[in-house]
Amino acid sequence: MYSNKEPDAGTPVRVSDKLVSLQIDGVEVTVPAGTSVMRAAFDAGVRVPKLCATDHLEAFGSCRLCLVEIEGRRGFPASCTTPAEAGMKVTTQSDKLAKLRRNTMELYISDHPLDCLTCPANGNCELQDMAGVVGLREVRYGTEGENHLVGTKDTSNPYFSFDPTKCIVCSRCVRACEEVQGTFALTVDGRGFQSKIAPGPTDFLDSECVSCGACVQACPTATLMEKSITDLGQPDHSVVTTCAYCGVGCSFRAEMKGSQVVRMVPNKNGQANHGHSCVKGRFAWGYATHPDRLKHPMIRAKITDPWRVVSWEEALTYAASEFRRIQEKHGRGSIGGITSSRCSNEETYLVQKLVRAAFGNNNVDTCARVCHSPTGYGLKATLGESAGTQNFDSVDAADVVVVIGANPTDAHPVFASRMKRRLREGARLIVIDPRRIDLVRQPHVEAEFHLALRPGTNAAILNALAHVIVEEGLAREDYIRERCDLPEFEKWKRFILEPKNSPEALQEATGVPADQVRGAARLYATGGNAAIYYGLGVTEHSQGSTTVMAIANLAMLTGNVGRPGVGVNPLRGQNNVQGSCDMGSFPHELPGYRHVSDLAVRELFSTTWGVPIDPEPGLRIPNMFDAAIDGSFKGLYVQGEDIAQSDPDTQHVTRALSSMECLVVQDIFLNETAKFAHVLLPGSSFLEKDGTFTNAERRISRVRKVMPPLAGYADWQVTVELSKALGYPMHYEHPSQIMDEIAALTPTFTGVSYERLERLGSIQWPCNAKAPEGTPIMHVDAFVRGKGRFVVTEYVPTPERTSRKFPLILTTGRILSQYNVGAQTRRTQNGAWHDADRLELHPQDAENRGIRDGDWVSIRSRAGETALRAKITERMQPGIVYTTFHHPDSGANVVTTDNSDWATNCPEYKVTAVQVTPTTKPSDWQEDFQRFSDTQIALMPQ
Amino acid sequence: MDPNKLVRMANDIATFFDADTDRAARLAGISGHIKRFWDPRMRLALFRHLDQDAGAGLKDSVIEALTVDRDSLLPKL
Repeated sequence: MYSNKEPDAGTPVRVSDKLVSLQIDGVEVTVPAGTSVMRAAFDAGVRVPKLCATDHLEAFGSCRLCLVEIEGRRGFPASCTTPAEAGMKVTTQSDKLAKLRRNTMELYISDHPLDCLTCPANGNCELQDMAGVVGLREVRYGTEGENHLVGTKDTSNPYFSFDPTKCIVCSRCVRACEEVQGTFALTVDGRGFQSKIAPGPTDFLDSECVSCGACVQACPTATLMEKSITDLGQPDHSVVTTCAYCGVGCSFRAEMKGSQVVRMVPNKNGQANHGHSCVKGRFAWGYATHPDRLKHPMIRAKITDPWRVVSWEEALTYAASEFRRIQEKHGRGSIGGITSSRCSNEETYLVQKLVRAAFGNNNVDTCARVCHSPTGYGLKATLGESAGTQNFDSVDAADVVVVIGANPTDAHPVFASRMKRRLREGARLIVIDPRRIDLVRQPHVEAEFHLALRPGTNAAILNALAHVIVEEGLAREDYIRERCDLPEFEKWKRFILEPKNSPEALQEATGVPADQVRGAARLYATGGNAAIYYGLGVTEHSQGSTTVMAIANLAMLTGNVGRPGVGVNPLRGQNNVQGSCDMGSFPHELPGYRHVSDLAVRELFSTTWGVPIDPEPGLRIPNMFDAAIDGSFKGLYVQGEDIAQSDPDTQHVTRALSSMECLVVQDIFLNETAKFAHVLLPGSSFLEKDGTFTNAERRISRVRKVMPPLAGYADWQVTVELSKALGYPMHYEHPSQIMDEIAALTPTFTGVSYERLERLGSIQWPCNAKAPEGTPIMHVDAFVRGKGRFVVTEYVPTPERTSRKFPLILTTGRILSQYNVGAQTRRTQNGAWHDADRLELHPQDAENRGIRDGDWVSIRSRAGETALRAKITERMQPGIVYTTFHHPDSGANVVTTDNSDWATNCPEYKVTAVQVTPTTKPSDWQEDFQRFSDTQIALMPQ
Repeated sequence: MDPNKLVRMANDIATFFDADTDRAARLAGISGHIKRFWDPRMRLALFRHLDQDAGAGLKDSVIEALTVDRDSLLPKL
């Protein structure tokens, strides 16, 4: 159930231009038409007793507790299902109502265990509360007859239990699973007295349940209960903060006992998630206090030396002296830094400031390099701003949803639930993906078109869609004339109409029948508001930037930018990947996406920072690796990233890291990169510091400290101290001062402050004099760049080709229960769902190779070889295999190549030619990895 | 810096801009991209390859762009 600190209005809010006025217990109240009597009463300050109603679910009217009297009407209507009407006179309390409610409660309690004092819900139980509210003083019915007081508790789920003996069958859990999550995993099994809640014919763990927690949150009793509450008891206070997993940026209430987290509950006022959550944010926070956490700074001269625990001062002084020594020997550009998309805006801002001001160069980059850097490039080139155009709420107004190269139900589950709700309401769906992702067909959601293209042909498909729209006269010429650069459009139009861009000409390359492409194009162009959502299946290609621009072309072509329900929506992978890019983490841009060659911008920063800014772009992460191997790059400060596991062509990366003279890693765990480090600085989790994250919809939300940093310092404080040791002191007492500096230097952040964030809850940038409360939807009257620019997006096949030796295409991604390199989720109980990476392949490919489900298979590419267990599934097309990279010993990136996006060097993770064969042993790389890893762990202090 | 990799990167950039039918825009696109996104040592290494190995492996449009915009592309040391 909701945290007991949050009031529950009983039924959802209604939005209507029409207002109705009525009286509740003599109090006049005016509400939007369609509002329930229960909610109108709530607005009038009257709490009508209820059990089956809650304000995040549609009214159900089953518990018979919320009965009211309405003048002129017979009987006692349920206030939750009765709409408020003009002139209505409602009485919520009378002797008759009181008696009816007491009788109802008496029946409920007569079949409920009376173990309140030892019940985990004690103190936060709606059933207990309602018994008190209705004045239940006796239960006249004994327990001798048939009842539900004996039952087996289902504890299979690692995070919550299901105790059927406490269930009142209010169906809130079933409805939450349907309405909020959209999974339909729960059902009411049986009828009448035999009714019981069931996760299908199995237990919770083996059911369709995705452990989002919506059912647990909805339960008004202790039937569905977090195990952490059972173990620790009810919280004594809560703090609103922001999840540190994906780019949805869900708002949570961290419910606490002192400085111990008891549970994380999605914040119903959260503007990104509106009270919903997924298994990671809701439950997988235990990593924050995992025994593996680094708690002391450590140094060593060589990576073969044992680690030596030292004071913070010694570690920072050593790191600074090494960096300066390297610069003196190899030049100013021989060191650099990597900011973290898991850290806050303030922390990434400080790292890039340290690189630019203390190191004196622009060798700073961030993990967006390997995910959404093409988004930054492509959207800036076409629309004028390196960010998505919409807020998440916009999907509620979409008539057509296009999902390309994204798997939201796994990677952005809370937004996916929102999207599925809109699809259930009737919006139509086009999925463009080589895999049959869950969205293609699931309960009450089915894609009208699934363009199952071959990996690496996104640009071709998008060009073909645009070709059809122009050829068939479906383009919004009026919109283009008014808002776009016409000469560029004419140039692009000539290109797109060339026969080579027709679906018929491209179908051999894409593998998608032309009539499917034509149908999808017509739907996108004529189906009403059409919104495109995309992910790393778009960006992580040799044509990543080209494809982003092709998406923008398509949206402009059909007038689908600049209002609710439309737009170009990158689904960002990490919690603060948007923010880390905004904060100047790229080697060519200062905060606010302003190029380092811009003299006026450099002078602005020079004046504030008191040092000159290098006008030349610095090294991007892959360039850093190349320069390290080349010998011109020798020192690196890595905050909160694990490049040794996440970046492609692992052998190349580890060779580069091995050649460093000083690698400083600041992280909460001894990650794979840290095993190559000379200085280890313990990091702090999101629970241990103040700051802000910016999610995929440009929403800046507060992160609030709920416990002290385990190692004594928040990450921003460590950077401040390192900078001081380098001779460039920074003067901040609190992250709010860092945000004030960002606001003073960045036009799109001028209006952002902690005070305003406190007042508004969150802010979508741009936030400045023109938009003091932020900008939910961009490019409303005009594009940020002035005129929207169509860019010619020639389809160029990837250089990565299949051959007789490597006949299959490997594509990589992530799954629901694990997160990126798994450093966090592997240290939680999410392993119950995914304890190892698997290679998914089509039954036909498996049969051809004599592979059975669960067999060990070797995956060999031109770059390397690894071994995984096989998972045979028809989700895959023949010829295409898939794996995740959540476990370091899987070596998914041992196999991926160094091919990259032409514009940004974003790696082509999504296309690797491989051969898959049965095997009986780990690959040589895996054996080497295990030896190296064991050695490094042995070098840690015991 | 590995010249082979730089050649591949420069050619990839050129492949994108080669789609532009306007020669000046094509060359400006290639030069501009390298200037805006490449660290000076990468540009120097590319010019070294151009000068010492006649730009072996580079697409014609890259060689043309590097030649036309040599002054602005070479970092000021």
